[in-house]
Amino acid sequence: MNLSKINRTKEDKIFDVINITLLTLMLLAILYPLYFIVIASISNPDRIFAGDVWLYPIEVTFEGYARIFQDGKIWIGYKNTIIYTAVGTAINIALTLTAAYALSRKDFFGRNFFMFMFVFTMFFSGGLIPTYLVVQNLGMVNTMWAMIIPKAVAIWNIIVARTFFQSTIPDEMLEAAKVDGCSNTKFFTKIVLPLSKPVIAVMVLFYAVGHWNSYFDALVYLNDEALYPLQLILRNILIQNEAAATMVSDVESVAAQQRVADLIKYGVIIVGSLPLLIVYPFIQKYFVQGVMIGGIKG
Amino acid sequence: MINKSIKSESYMEGKNLIWKRSKRWNQIKRNWELYLFLLPTLLYFIIFHYVPMYGVQIAFRDYSPGFGILTSPWVGLEHFIRFFESYQFWSLIYNTFSLSALQLLITFPLPIIVAIMLNQLMFKKYKKFVQTVIYAPHFISVVVLVGMVYVFFSGNGIINNFLNLLGMEEVRFLTEPSWFKPLYLGSSVWQETGWAAIIYLAALAAVNPELHEAAIVDGASKFQRILHVDVPAIMPIAMILLVLSVGNIMNIGFEKAYLLQTPLNQTSSEIIPTYVYKVGLQQAQYSFAAAIGLFNAVINLVLLWYVNRVAKRLSGTGLW
Repeated sequence: MNLSKINRTKEDKIFDVINITLLTLMLLAILYPLYFIVIASISNPDRIFAGDVWLYPIEVTFEGYARIFQDGKIWIGYKNTIIYTAVGTAINIALTLTAAYALSRKDFFGRNFFMFMFVFTMFFSGGLIPTYLVVQNLGMVNTMWAMIIPKAVAIWNIIVARTFFQSTIPDEMLEAAKVDGCSNTKFFTKIVLPLSKPVIAVMVLFYAVGHWNSYFDALVYLNDEALYPLQLILRNILIQNEAAATMVSDVESVAAQQRVADLIKYGVIIVGSLPLLIVYPFIQKYFVQGVMIGGIKG
Repeated sequence: MINKSIKSESYMEGKNLIWKRSKRWNQIKRNWELYLFLLPTLLYFIIFHYVPMYGVQIAFRDYSPGFGILTSPWVGLEHFIRFFESYQFWSLIYNTFSLSALQLLITFPLPIIVAIMLNQLMFKKYKKFVQTVIYAPHFISVVVLVGMVYVFFSGNGIINNFLNLLGMEEVRFLTEPSWFKPLYLGSSVWQETGWAAIIYLAALAAVNPELHEAAIVDGASKFQRILHVDVPAIMPIAMILLVLSVGNIMNIGFEKAYLLQTPLNQTSSEIIPTYVYKVGLQQAQYSFAAAIGLFNAVINLVLLWYVNRVAKRLSGTGLW
């Protein structure tokens, strides 16, 4: 590979300069909006409105955060989302791993039929209304189960886990275990699962992020505000502009109210994404692994 | 204990009757636990995917919650005809299709270009840093993403501040119908380009370095090597992803369009999924909405099948 360094022609050097410049511009284009949200959330709202805040916070204030934390709705949303994410992910993992393991076994009669049956749902579905009617008939509308059971397992993750099992658990291992009188269940819990920690980590992350970020199911199935997940509360504040009204009722002029409401929005974006932003750098590599395992077979 | 006795029983039985029973039956019996493993997932798919497919027949009936699915009166294609003849039909089709097609045109090539560029980056640490940053937006929820669009592009957001600074007039990004698509597509590019590049980066990492070395010896420049080594290496995976996205062209998501929709930009932001949601769940016209959803799903399936056939004929790679 040293070859490429020795033979760098002028043309290649120009290429490298352009390449690095473009990538750096892209980096800034992605980073700046995020950075701006952070500095705007702790700046004086009047200075933001005046267009003074560009590169660093001005007249640092934590008023926005104080108002957010005084409002109970965000905490209810947080609590609900944590419950949905924890219970939902646990169910997701249990179903995905068991199903994917069964489908990864070559001696599992019917695997192609079941696989086709599951994959077909990626390409055709009954649609929103018939699915809603099923959930309704099961009595799940306006319960926490509507947030969990209709998304109990995702076919894409079954494919990822199945590919992983097929490529990392050698057939000989199973044969050897069978000779020793090991049952399928025992083999799965004692040998397959311990060997599958990386893929389990990937699954947990994919599912957990999915639960954390979803708002559609809540929008469709929930109308009791006490059950709202964080994302729906965020939507009401950020987009419907409604919840913020209660948080700024003590501010006198309407114009000032609007500015404080904007400040709250910046803060809410941070508060809503914080858990993920904190853990993201540490878990990034697992996500990438997951995409790659899935990509092999796609 | 129970496990063991059943196992040994089936083993004995299998041994005694092996000449009678097919090998297959034996296999099923030996792996009975695996069927239990699959059972919950199988039930899930039946209840939440196949029952709705059966329930989609309400599109051909006048369903009302009082009646069951089967006892609601059969009306044939009435709902479909009503949809085709409604004044919104062509605008819905146009909005859905154009948004989706533009999304494909923009978001399909960009990750490939980004992956190739990143792959050529020589400073490993910088490359890692760039990757970490450009993957990050993928994890921002759609609500927060659209929330960011709102705070940036609203009347007193920073974009309009900036335009003011340049002496330009305020642009009503959020209510002007013609701005819906740029906001939708721009935020998609910002959020997903980096993440979508991962798969191409993986394909590029798998390229045999000897190919590059040989090309260097032959005097190929970086640009030539990209064209003749890197691009062919990612073609198969690109083809599969292209088929998938063309096949899903009518399946554009509800979530972001609905959030970016304001009463004033509906002429361009009303797409089939948002319309189905409003008609079906907000106005409770179940059968009519189900008919629209079914129409969309069928178009999609036909498109996917056709595109896959074409791709297979042209390049030999397809989904099945």
